[in-house]
Amino acid sequence: MILQAFFWYFAITMPIFAFLVISRKNPVHCVLWMLVFSIHSAALFLFLNAEFLAAVELILYAGAVLVLFIFVIMMMSMKEELAGELVIGEWPIAAALSIGVVLMFFFGVSNFAKGPSGPYTIEAIKAETNTRALGKLLFTEYLFPFEVASLILLIAVVGAMVLAKRKD
Amino acid sequence: MNIPFPDLTPVLPEIILAAVASLVLLVELVAVRKGPIGGIGIAVALFLLYLLPYTHGETFGGTFVSDAYSDWFKIIFLGNLIMTTLASFQYIQRQHQDFGEYYSVLMFATCGAMIMASSRDLITLYVGLELMALSTFILTAMKRHDWWSNEAAIKYFMLGAFSSAILLYGFALLYGLTTSTDIRQIGAHIATTGPNPALLLSLVLIIAGFAFKIGAVPFHMWVPDVYEGAPTSVTLFMSVGPKAAGFAAIGRVFYEGLGALQPDWTTFFIILSILSMAVGNIVALVQKNIKRMLAYSAISHAGYALLGIVAGTTEGLTAMMNYLLIYAFMNIGAFCVVITMDCRNDLDDYNGLAKNHPLLAAVMLIFMFSLTGIPPTAGFIGKFNVFMAAVHAGYTWLVLIAIIFSAISAFFYLHVVMNMYMKPGAVRVRVEGFPTVLAALLIAVLAVCVIGVVPSVALR
Repeated sequence: MILQAFFWYFAITMPIFAFLVISRKNPVHCVLWMLVFSIHSAALFLFLNAEFLAAVELILYAGAVLVLFIFVIMMMSMKEELAGELVIGEWPIAAALSIGVVLMFFFGVSNFAKGPSGPYTIEAIKAETNTRALGKLLFTEYLFPFEVASLILLIAVVGAMVLAKRKD
Repeated sequence: MNIPFPDLTPVLPEIILAAVASLVLLVELVAVRKGPIGGIGIAVALFLLYLLPYTHGETFGGTFVSDAYSDWFKIIFLGNLIMTTLASFQYIQRQHQDFGEYYSVLMFATCGAMIMASSRDLITLYVGLELMALSTFILTAMKRHDWWSNEAAIKYFMLGAFSSAILLYGFALLYGLTTSTDIRQIGAHIATTGPNPALLLSLVLIIAGFAFKIGAVPFHMWVPDVYEGAPTSVTLFMSVGPKAAGFAAIGRVFYEGLGALQPDWTTFFIILSILSMAVGNIVALVQKNIKRMLAYSAISHAGYALLGIVAGTTEGLTAMMNYLLIYAFMNIGAFCVVITMDCRNDLDDYNGLAKNHPLLAAVMLIFMFSLTGIPPTAGFIGKFNVFMAAVHAGYTWLVLIAIIFSAISAFFYLHVVMNMYMKPGAVRVRVEGFPTVLAALLIAVLAVCVIGVVPSVALR
């Protein structure tokens, strides 16, 4: 009963926060709403018995990424953005299409049938602890994608250097 | 804890390419002249082309597979890397973006595309896609002080991130429905359960994500702006690499994983194919800039290649693969000619080219004929194969539509030819025939002509 109540709280508030993120004109407000959103999604991970992912969501997204966002925003002059229109062009058509897509999503997801359970049931995870199970998977079954992900990070760093250095 | 060490033979080409690309980053720091660094890329690509047939097998629990299918696409990617590097040497000097990182990022993008072609797991597929996409974003933005290049990169980045999110949502739903990321296990599970609305939703999302990569209508909005704004050598690279990688992933996911849903996805691909051919060919008619025109042409060619997927047979898949190889050569050739012309890339800049540079005009003529699909060029063979595959699968009406749009495409391809041969050259445009670009042109022309006359030498 309490779990249900919490789930509905998150299910209703998170889309609202997500909408606030994109509908505020002031970028700092956007980032702050995103912070609220991240904290809520971290809590949602906790409900799914994924405490490691909840911690990562808090530390990485709420802690690191959003702080970075705020740094960038503070370095830029925002006068033009604040003066401009929030919605441009044919927004009624876009809104109608989006609502159609959302309805399609609702219809599709409401017919969701979960597949067969894998080896990692809630009990198995509890016995092994979340972090350990995730770490083991990352370094055995998903070793290859894990290594490629490190290449992606490398290329992101290289890209930032190439695009930012002044050497013409 | 005992972790068995995985067999690395099938991933050897990717490992070598990533290692060399990383080494190039270090060498670049001390290298005075950046040109030879590109030579390293060509050398390693040639070596990998030789190595590919010896790496067959599967590893990482069957999630990474090196077979004839992945080999074919890897040949396209590595060939694309070689041709792009050849076309880049002096071009990027002229554009003042002569960074050693340029070659390294090209190699990383190729590596990502190769991983996509080989992956039989949704997560591996996705990380490969991101590696390729992120590298291509960086390449697009390489002309840092050019407004167009920046705009193109931002557009590509934003829409690319958006399409990745859509693709991931589709993957997540598919994972929830089948509790597996292994494409074979997904296929086995779906074969027992059959379609349901949630599965169809994930299907639509995955198709949308891949359609963005191959630049099919209605997910093509980024293509003209990005192709026009990016440095031409990068346009050349991404008009072949990421597109072929998208097709490789489509073939793997839909034939191997979602084969049970074939009637459903065929409908979506038919719509994408018709729209791509229609919008690509009709909008190309009114373009004034040759890079934009070739961008719309690339959209329409995605539509033709999709016919092979629509056919849903082994013949269709083979025809699609052959088509992509031929498309790679003729498109690279056309963009190499664009690189040689030091101008604003207007169609009018080609006026009277035949008088001043008859050889270059003749080469462009061959590529334009090939892109239209006029025999005896390779373009005809490619189109003929996909059309026959679709006819054999019972889609004669679709092929008729494709032929009509093919005929329309003749107008804008031959417009270039007309400008070159029949119009007086009002403005003299500087033509810079760099040796390496000319080498790439020569390879492309030979390939287009030889495949057109004796298809069996290169095609499956």
